[in-house]
Amino acid sequence: MTAGRANSRMGPRITAKWATIILFVLPALLLYVVFVLFPIVQAALYSLFKWNGLEPLTNFIGLQNYITAFANATFRTAVSNNVLIIVLSLVIQIPFSLALAVLLNRRFPGRAVFRLLFFLPYVLSEAITGIVFSRMLQPGALVDSTLVQVGLGGLVQDWLGDSTIVMVTLFVIVSWKYFGFHMILLMAGLQGIPHEITEAALIDGAGPWQAFRRVTLPLLGPTLRVSVFLSMIGALQLFDMVWVMTGGGPLNASNTMAIAMFKAGFRSTQMGYGSALAVIIFLFGLVLALAYQRFVLRRDIEGAITAYNA
Amino acid sequence: MNPPDVRSAARSVARRRESVGRFDLVTVAGYVILVVVAGAILVPIVYAILGGFKTNGQLAANPAAILPDPWVFENYTDVIFGANAAVFWQEAFNSVVIAVVAVTVTVGLASLAAFVFARIAFRGREAIYTLFVFGLLFPSAVAILPLYILVRQLGLSGNLLGVALPQAAFALPLTIIILRPFFRSIPAELEDAARMDGCGSFGFFWRVLLPLARPALATVSVLAIVTTWNAFLLPLILLNGADQWTLPLGVMNFSTQYSSDNARVLAFTVVAIIPAILFYAVAERHIVSGLTGGSVKG
Repeated sequence: MTAGRANSRMGPRITAKWATIILFVLPALLLYVVFVLFPIVQAALYSLFKWNGLEPLTNFIGLQNYITAFANATFRTAVSNNVLIIVLSLVIQIPFSLALAVLLNRRFPGRAVFRLLFFLPYVLSEAITGIVFSRMLQPGALVDSTLVQVGLGGLVQDWLGDSTIVMVTLFVIVSWKYFGFHMILLMAGLQGIPHEITEAALIDGAGPWQAFRRVTLPLLGPTLRVSVFLSMIGALQLFDMVWVMTGGGPLNASNTMAIAMFKAGFRSTQMGYGSALAVIIFLFGLVLALAYQRFVLRRDIEGAITAYNA
Repeated sequence: MNPPDVRSAARSVARRRESVGRFDLVTVAGYVILVVVAGAILVPIVYAILGGFKTNGQLAANPAAILPDPWVFENYTDVIFGANAAVFWQEAFNSVVIAVVAVTVTVGLASLAAFVFARIAFRGREAIYTLFVFGLLFPSAVAILPLYILVRQLGLSGNLLGVALPQAAFALPLTIIILRPFFRSIPAELEDAARMDGCGSFGFFWRVLLPLARPALATVSVLAIVTTWNAFLLPLILLNGADQWTLPLGVMNFSTQYSSDNARVLAFTVVAIIPAILFYAVAERHIVSGLTGGSVKG
């Protein structure tokens, strides 16, 4: 009896709870599944067909698109360009951002201005940034003429037209845009490390470098890993800046995987092949993410983004 | 204290005294580095702003000259209310429409979902939440080709809504991840009190939670605006006419169209980034706190 009455009282409440859950979560979930998850599954499906994007999906060719991709020298260059940007980001951009974060982590006059200025490029559109830089880098324009005027004319290059240096030029501009973002992340990480710990290390006889290397750096680990991960994901899908500055040229020397995908899909209407390239980009990302799972990435990400308000 | 400790403590004191002498040198070196980096940030921006006040003749004759001589206003006036104004304002309008729709949709839907993820325990909750977290972990460019097909099939091709909805979807993961812990931090007593006053779940969400969460909502809105405003690849493939382009696409097109008219391109570019810079000046705190979790707590 009592159980029965309890049940009938619980019943509507449980229904109400599930109604709330469904009504509140479903809209977001639907939008996310339709426009984010479903397209990825679609890409995997399309990648198994030879398809121009218009006709019915009939010409099943298995993994042929993937074989074609890796047999294609142009695509292999695109892969190595992405890898190059990733490596340069890890070796140069992140340490540079860390150094600036450490410099700005101390209190001194002008600190806020520097921080504001260094982070500014992050809010500018990548495409618009690229256009300003390409105007500066045109042969004989600002960069070249400045080098000549300060007596370094020998360093003048065809910055965006020389296939051997175009990727380095692009890397410098990508770094111009994003180092401030990593610096801000790392500064927040540094501020999360209690002063007493580094003080203690110094009192125990560690030099400043030793204290940084043995105490600060390990404690900064979670933030650094997030920074590295976001940098790699960004480098993996590099598109906007390259597209407006070089379009992947000269002679495909600055193609990235995303550019190769875009060209396959929209320039030569090979939607099947383009989708295979998309899946390859996805797999690269997945491998990175899984490798990072070992370092409890998810907790890191939540920590970096939300550590102070939980 | 053992003798070795005393010795090492003494050594470290000596070293610190020593480092006071070095301190100024380190500070000076630090300043020099910071000033050089600041210069590197400023050069392209200043070059674009001042370049817009030059003629092409001036830009070609002495590219490294800093100030225009004489100052020319035509490039800017053409963009703002002259020959190129129609194009510019149309593109600015399109950018605003897409940003407003995308941000409203993403913040609205993410708040509802984050509320459930934060405050209602149910079977499968973490699984669904993880699905959203997953969205942060892979490159969004992957979805581009099927999105193009999908948006065409939905009849949204060449429609600003066809860009705004996918943009909103891509912004969902970060928005939910930032909002959830914030919603969780609001005390259960408030919820109980609201329920005793007769609020249902939606009543509590709408009248209590959202007003309290205003700082967090501001932060996620600002982040979503920045991403949407700067988006390039998605509008590039989904919009098919000049009258639908957003500002980044417009700048690229303008740059191609006037490829030899450097000064005009620089002026157009500068006017196009003014909204972003103004927005940054106003909302910098929210951007930084959203990315670092510093003051989401408000």
